[in-house]
Amino acid sequence: MAKIKVVHYVNQFYAGIGGEEKADITPELRVGTVPAGDALNKAWGEEAEITHTIICGDSYFGENMDKASAEIMEMVKSTGADMFIAGPAFNAGRYGVACGTIATNVKNTLGIPVLTGMYVENPGADMYKTQIYIVATKDSGAGMRDAIKKMAPLALKLARGEKIEASCVEGYIPNGVRVNLFEKECGAARAVKMLIAKLNDKPFVTEFPMPDFDRVEPNPAVLDMSKATVALCTSGGSVPKGNPDRIESSSASHYGEYDITGVMSMDGDHWETAHGGYDPVYVNEDGNRCLPVDVLREMEASGRIGKLHNKFYTTVGNGTAVLSSKAFAEEYAQKMINDGVDCVIMTST
Amino acid sequence: MKLELGNIIINDIQFTNEGSKVENGVLTVNPEQIKSLVLEDSNIESCEVFIARPGESVRITPVKDVIEPRVKVEGPGGIFPGWIAKVDTVGSGRTNVLKGAAVVTTGKIVGFQEGIIDMTGPGADYTPFSKTYNLVVKMEPVEGLKQHDHEYALRIAGFKVACFLGELGRAVTPDEIETFEFDNLVESAKKYPDLPRVAYVQMLQSQGLLHDTYVYGVDAKRTLTTIINPLETMDGAIVSGNCVSSCDKNPTYVHLNNKVIRELFKAHGKTLNFVGHIITNENVYLADKERSSNWSAKLAEYLGCDGVIISQEGFGNPDTDLIMNTKKIEAKGIKTVIITDEYAGRDGKSQSLADADPSANAVVTGGNANQVIVLPPMETVYGHLHFVDTIAGGSANNIDAHGNITVEIQAITGATNETGFHNLSAR
Repeated sequence: MAKIKVVHYVNQFYAGIGGEEKADITPELRVGTVPAGDALNKAWGEEAEITHTIICGDSYFGENMDKASAEIMEMVKSTGADMFIAGPAFNAGRYGVACGTIATNVKNTLGIPVLTGMYVENPGADMYKTQIYIVATKDSGAGMRDAIKKMAPLALKLARGEKIEASCVEGYIPNGVRVNLFEKECGAARAVKMLIAKLNDKPFVTEFPMPDFDRVEPNPAVLDMSKATVALCTSGGSVPKGNPDRIESSSASHYGEYDITGVMSMDGDHWETAHGGYDPVYVNEDGNRCLPVDVLREMEASGRIGKLHNKFYTTVGNGTAVLSSKAFAEEYAQKMINDGVDCVIMTST
Repeated sequence: MKLELGNIIINDIQFTNEGSKVENGVLTVNPEQIKSLVLEDSNIESCEVFIARPGESVRITPVKDVIEPRVKVEGPGGIFPGWIAKVDTVGSGRTNVLKGAAVVTTGKIVGFQEGIIDMTGPGADYTPFSKTYNLVVKMEPVEGLKQHDHEYALRIAGFKVACFLGELGRAVTPDEIETFEFDNLVESAKKYPDLPRVAYVQMLQSQGLLHDTYVYGVDAKRTLTTIINPLETMDGAIVSGNCVSSCDKNPTYVHLNNKVIRELFKAHGKTLNFVGHIITNENVYLADKERSSNWSAKLAEYLGCDGVIISQEGFGNPDTDLIMNTKKIEAKGIKTVIITDEYAGRDGKSQSLADADPSANAVVTGGNANQVIVLPPMETVYGHLHFVDTIAGGSANNIDAHGNITVEIQAITGATNETGFHNLSAR
């Protein structure tokens, strides 16, 4: 059987071109591999080979999605590859979204098998896990070996059109398609083990997660905004210059509470962003782009709102676990309730 | 209370023209004795007897029940109380078991939803009863027999045959003796004050018309949720009257060998204190569902449980009972693990359960019953092959020119069992 020809997509960082400062580079098709591709080639031996690598900056892709997609699609087509692999993107949000978007497009447009890999909480995972196979990776590049170990065999199976087993066997993120498997132990033994773990507050993995019930019903409308106290919150990382509470640029461990009494605008001399997942230049120039204090002050002055709450709450959404975010919000929501806040504008980035 | 199970390991079944017996691990059966026993019932017109061994190219369908042959050799009560034996309390003394043998009843059954057992090939992996030495009893009713009477006749005939075979093991020295002891609440609390208290909540299928289960002869749909000693269950207090969508129904064999009970006994005194067995039903009326689940939660609380395992029987409508039980028991601060199975569609993409709740956060699944399997033809079919296009899991024209049958695994007896009897699962 002929060697399976694979084309590989990576961002500027995994191509060794640079970090955030190079995130605007346009798509480029190269013959050969980058280190992640070398690892895949090594794992495949004579079975398959990455012949081409496509490199694109995360910002460029994010800001020019349609154009970038079309350009990349042409590049994939020109290689005549049998298979397309993107990433792994680990917990890099924009990279994950790019991998998912392109892989899904390739699958739907060119009809060749595709595979990517990312951390389960990467936004790209939720967006695309039901459309393409996404191998579950660790949350940083330190998990590359582990990711390759799972991606290489699954890629071969996909390329050969072989039967794909259950997610827990193959290592992909559960995609909503239930697949049967034979366990080593009978169900009763598994149930008793699971109960003992649950009783002892030890981790356990349910075999069937209940459908997602975390739906938030919107509160009733605030009828009279002219009397309402409005608070601002953000996951965009707005902090006083110097980031005094050291909110992490990724996977935040805490949130910040900052006083804006008398602050009319989030000017660049006093405010910045701690967020490591987007180009900070514009928010650092003018913090109102993330936290619109200037507009709210105008509304306060004109009487359209009662008043702007004198504190805002902020964290970094980048790579931050949903459960952490939930815990933060539960805590500061209570603070706002205690302070008589009537409504909240939450901005994301 | 203490129960000994004396296992006589059976390695083969043979026919004879002489007296039936158990000797050197071989169950030797005179089929004429079986036939005359079955035909004592004037509602049964004809009876044939076959042997199906593991690995043979044999298909049994439609399967009514699977029953383990047993005999009570010491202590009060007898096998299948309320049916064959009187209603004396079972669960103590010694019961001899023909381990590895089973009676499988077949014939034109009353409904259209009975199972398949393949003794070899891909289907054999999905049924636990491809590994037992099966005495297949095929029975046909007299003309005009009503469905419920037909079901009753077949059910009792199966029990009678199992008891007849079990009796052959009365004087045989068992190969191994398993001993199970169950203390009363006060004693077990004294013995294991520091271990989490765990009960088993078993939901019994009770939707009526081939969907019934019986406890000491009482139809479970006419019962309130109650507490039974797990040793009573192990000793035959609960029997099956249902086989519809046979993948997740409990044949009598499964009740006798309930693996949740066995696993809880294994862990008892080590990682948990097994304090009780609660049995509740799955009736179709909302008031019954509410009452029964209220009582499950109340009894779990009364037993002072820290945790329970809840097993379901069936799917769809009983999903509501399952979720009610789970929600109400969790609301008492008692942790639950539930065992269910899934109907996620042939493509696996649909919602798996008809009801759900976030408190059901620890689930063991017996797999997606809608998964399609192709069963190649077998050399011999015991029963009636022409039902396989109408049984649950089958479909029109599902037998091709080569004799391959395309069915969902829900047609296979025990495939997705919800007492955790089998190894199938899904993700």
